[in-house]
Amino acid sequence: MTYQFDFAALLPYWREFAMGVWLTLQLSFVATVLGFVLGTLCAIGRSDGAPWVKALVACYVEVIRNTPLLVQIFIIYFGIATLGLHVDANVAAVLALVVNVGAYTSEIVRAGLESIHKSQLEAAECLGLSRPQTYWHVIVRPAIERVYPALTSQYVLLMLASSITSQISAEELTAVANRIQSDTFRSFETYIVVGVLYLALSFVVRIAFWLFGLVVFVRRRKLGTAL
Amino acid sequence: MSAVVSLTNVEKSFGAVKVLNGVSFEVARGEVAAVIGQSGSGKSTALRCINALETIEGGQIMVCGHAVHDPKLDKKTLRRDVGIVFQSYNLFPHLTAEQNIMLAPTCVKGIGKAAARDLAREVLARVGLEAKADHFPEQLSGGQQQRVAIARSLAMQPKLMLFDEVTSALDPQLTGEVLKVMEDLARGGMTMILVTHEMAFARKVASKVIYMHQGTVWETGPGAMLDDPKTPELRAFVGSGL
Repeated sequence: MTYQFDFAALLPYWREFAMGVWLTLQLSFVATVLGFVLGTLCAIGRSDGAPWVKALVACYVEVIRNTPLLVQIFIIYFGIATLGLHVDANVAAVLALVVNVGAYTSEIVRAGLESIHKSQLEAAECLGLSRPQTYWHVIVRPAIERVYPALTSQYVLLMLASSITSQISAEELTAVANRIQSDTFRSFETYIVVGVLYLALSFVVRIAFWLFGLVVFVRRRKLGTAL
Repeated sequence: MSAVVSLTNVEKSFGAVKVLNGVSFEVARGEVAAVIGQSGSGKSTALRCINALETIEGGQIMVCGHAVHDPKLDKKTLRRDVGIVFQSYNLFPHLTAEQNIMLAPTCVKGIGKAAARDLAREVLARVGLEAKADHFPEQLSGGQQQRVAIARSLAMQPKLMLFDEVTSALDPQLTGEVLKVMEDLARGGMTMILVTHEMAFARKVASKVIYMHQGTVWETGPGAMLDDPKTPELRAFVGSGL
């Protein structure tokens, strides 16, 4: 075993690496925001919707949680093409990630919603708040505050899982790495660099969530609850 | 005639258990009615029926002109007139004392933020807690939380206040500070119905005591009735206190 590491061979590609990091961040950001909205709506639908809404959301969540992400990506990518629509691989990638993370988000948020005691609803009802007002002020906001650490982990996972979208040649860090290693034949070094970059990205995402939490959840900031 | 609240033959069951078995009483404007009785006598349920938190199966309930027994009742208009305070305070844990109070006036009455804040400060002053406006519920003692809960109800300017065993979770000292706030309210002319185990408070402050037993009103009268019970059940209940 006398492998000679040659990271210098990758130096000329630093711009590509940086671009890959930036693309992964963009992809993850859009998927996080949309996935959060989708997941929260699904959670509300499943805990308080009409019976058919509950059934629909339950089906969606179970199907997504029990099939591989890669298969979901292929179904969405090739499915859209088969329908005769032309979409960019990146759009298909975001769509697949949103559909995927929406299901996981909905389960996390639902746990939060169910943790809010019934007496809180009664208090809001007795003060005259409408159903939507109660949901927004008394249920959803504290529920999300409560499950925020779990959501953070889920979205870090989402960022890491976005590497799989390289399989449909979406533009992100892993796709960039695939190209570089086939140019340089320095596969080992390339993926070590990519691994380190993902590690750094995870760190950045966690910090971003932590800072966002401090801004949004005033009580956590005031009372110094760690995230 | 001038009854703010009147219950007539109210019936309510939970499954096979008949909790209210023909409950009737009236509370006039400015009156303070204390509902007493053993656990399971139906007093809390009766109180919750007044605010339409429970639907009744028989009888009639009139509250500030609203027919609460009517299935077409608009609960939102009823609750503009009725405030309720619970045993477990039920403050919103993610909001400060002030924000807890501001929520309903801004959401329900559409009052502006600044005016709502002034209102919050005013009601907090009434319960002696203006210094705690920026505190979160978990930073307050049980007695303080309950006083904030009372202030939160007062901010909606109800015509009737319901108190559901509001001191049952508090030690004697904290109980005292909450009861003092309630006594001030009573003296200010607020119509109040309180379910309570505080016999001394009922005797002193209530203009009417309603003793419930086995889902009915067993005995009713002024506070002094506690010193001279007519029924053996009330005598046993009062006697068990000391």
